Amino acid sequence: MTITEKILAAHCGKKELLPGEFIKAKVDFALGNDITAPLAIEELKNAEIKKVFDRNRIALVPDHFTPNKDLQSAQQCRRLAIFAAEFNIKHYFEQGRAGVEHVLLPELGLVKPGDLIIGADSHTCTYGALGAFSTGVGSTDLAAIMATGKIWMRVPESIKFIYKGKLKKWSGGKDLILYTIGQIGVEGARYKAMEFTGPVISGLSIDDRFSMCNMAIEAGGKNGIIAPDKITREYIKSKPGKPRFYQSDKDAAYSKTHEYDISNLEPQVACPHLPSNVKPAAELKNVNIDQSFIGSCTNGRLSDLRIAAKILKGKKINSRVRLIIIPATQKVYLDAMKEGLLEIFVKAGGVIEAPTCGPCLGGHAGILAEGEVCIAASNRNFVGRMGSPKSFVYLSNAAVAAASAVKGRIAHPGEII
Amino acid sequence: MIAKGKVYKFGDNVNTDEIIPARYLHTTDSAELARHCMEDADVNFAKKAQKGDIIVAGKNFGCGSSREHAPVSIKACGVSCVIAESFARIFYRNAINIGLPILESKDASELSNNGDLLEINFDSGIIKNLTKQEQYKTQKFPKFMHDIIKAGGLMRHIRQENK
Repeated sequence: MTITEKILAAHCGKKELLPGEFIKAKVDFALGNDITAPLAIEELKNAEIKKVFDRNRIALVPDHFTPNKDLQSAQQCRRLAIFAAEFNIKHYFEQGRAGVEHVLLPELGLVKPGDLIIGADSHTCTYGALGAFSTGVGSTDLAAIMATGKIWMRVPESIKFIYKGKLKKWSGGKDLILYTIGQIGVEGARYKAMEFTGPVISGLSIDDRFSMCNMAIEAGGKNGIIAPDKITREYIKSKPGKPRFYQSDKDAAYSKTHEYDISNLEPQVACPHLPSNVKPAAELKNVNIDQSFIGSCTNGRLSDLRIAAKILKGKKINSRVRLIIIPATQKVYLDAMKEGLLEIFVKAGGVIEAPTCGPCLGGHAGILAEGEVCIAASNRNFVGRMGSPKSFVYLSNAAVAAASAVKGRIAHPGEII
Repeated sequence: MIAKGKVYKFGDNVNTDEIIPARYLHTTDSAELARHCMEDADVNFAKKAQKGDIIVAGKNFGCGSSREHAPVSIKACGVSCVIAESFARIFYRNAINIGLPILESKDASELSNNGDLLEINFDSGIIKNLTKQEQYKTQKFPKFMHDIIKAGGLMRHIRQENK
């Protein structure tokens, strides 16, 4: 069996599972945010549910339109706060103690290897980086899970991705996943588990692994997953809870296997308006930008800010360009402050915002006007994603986004340092 | 269960940002969401769509975010069914869970045109194109999904089962 099948089997009391089987699985942890939880709360109220399955296994994270961007958003967040108090939800994070959910929960150790995690947010697939099964659902599914602690699911076929070679200096997890989506397309892994393996993955930092698994959904994947190893164990060492470590069997069955030699992989950029529309950054030097954004559940971690600071140190961003930097959590913010990264960003002419999803989904704090172009270290570039339906979003890693802010056009980090 | 309505055609990879842009996600009011349904794919859709009309699209309909506001806006707009060659998985779950009928049919996706009148029989899984006098195949829902849709959504179904 694959790691995905093993985790699902363990959560429905079965020894063996085959792809295509329908199961009712026990959920270890569920989450919702200020966009998705209000609808789930309405559903619970309509169904007259008075109790959640376990108040310790639910997180409510107001991160999308916070700090409250307008009156209606404030009302939605208020509903989370009231519900959390009424149902005594342990992991409710008030603004100022929260941050982007998919960076926050692993940071706190609330999601662990071997867990089955379901979130009312499509990027819940992020936690696969720890060797967990995690996937996104909508609000009604979240309501049903909050009520029962269970979810029905179809066991997905797994696709194995093997990455060989040695990563180039400015390429990382984001480039691997953009390249992969470029190869297989936005529905190339529809309904499937994407299992990332190979020597390149073994050497990849946990932050890079989060970036990769985070974007499994952008290929239509049900989950992205990386088997836990030394790097995983090191990451979870200081965190609470009991992890369970699963590995795929040597004879596990895959619906497909893709093998990539990535030794020549340059930083990748996904052009408008699909994450699969991928080209090397160096081929896009004629694309002028109006904004650069570094943040989100894909690239708002400390390692992303460090690499951006390395490029921006002692530099000024282009006078026509806005650079928006959003540390994904309070901890990332504080660490970046202690390391002097925030000073580098401010001196370069960047704007630092409070932890939030903000412009990634066109919420606030960096909306694009008609005709504007943004390079974004985030995850989606659909029509209208970041504001005007007539704006343009290019997706890249944090280094490319920082270098582009300096040049005023899409740039390879090697052009700066 | 039978649905009947006019076809509005869309292409591949219609995503949730196009179905209901994030700038309208500060509300859960279905009538308000309906006013902006499909806005970034067809700015006039919500005005044009009549009760019973049918969205027909290509591959991977509903890809992107988990926002249930997407199928909610489509249902509240009066659309009786979405037919596509294939659906993204979260959208598929969400649509079933809120009781919006959706069907996979490659034939209907390829052969029906904008404005055609379709009649869908959910019990038999047959889609009739009354304009072109054609018939398209589709898969019937598994029983448990059919029951959820008939009950008007997952939570209503759970309540009925508990009674």
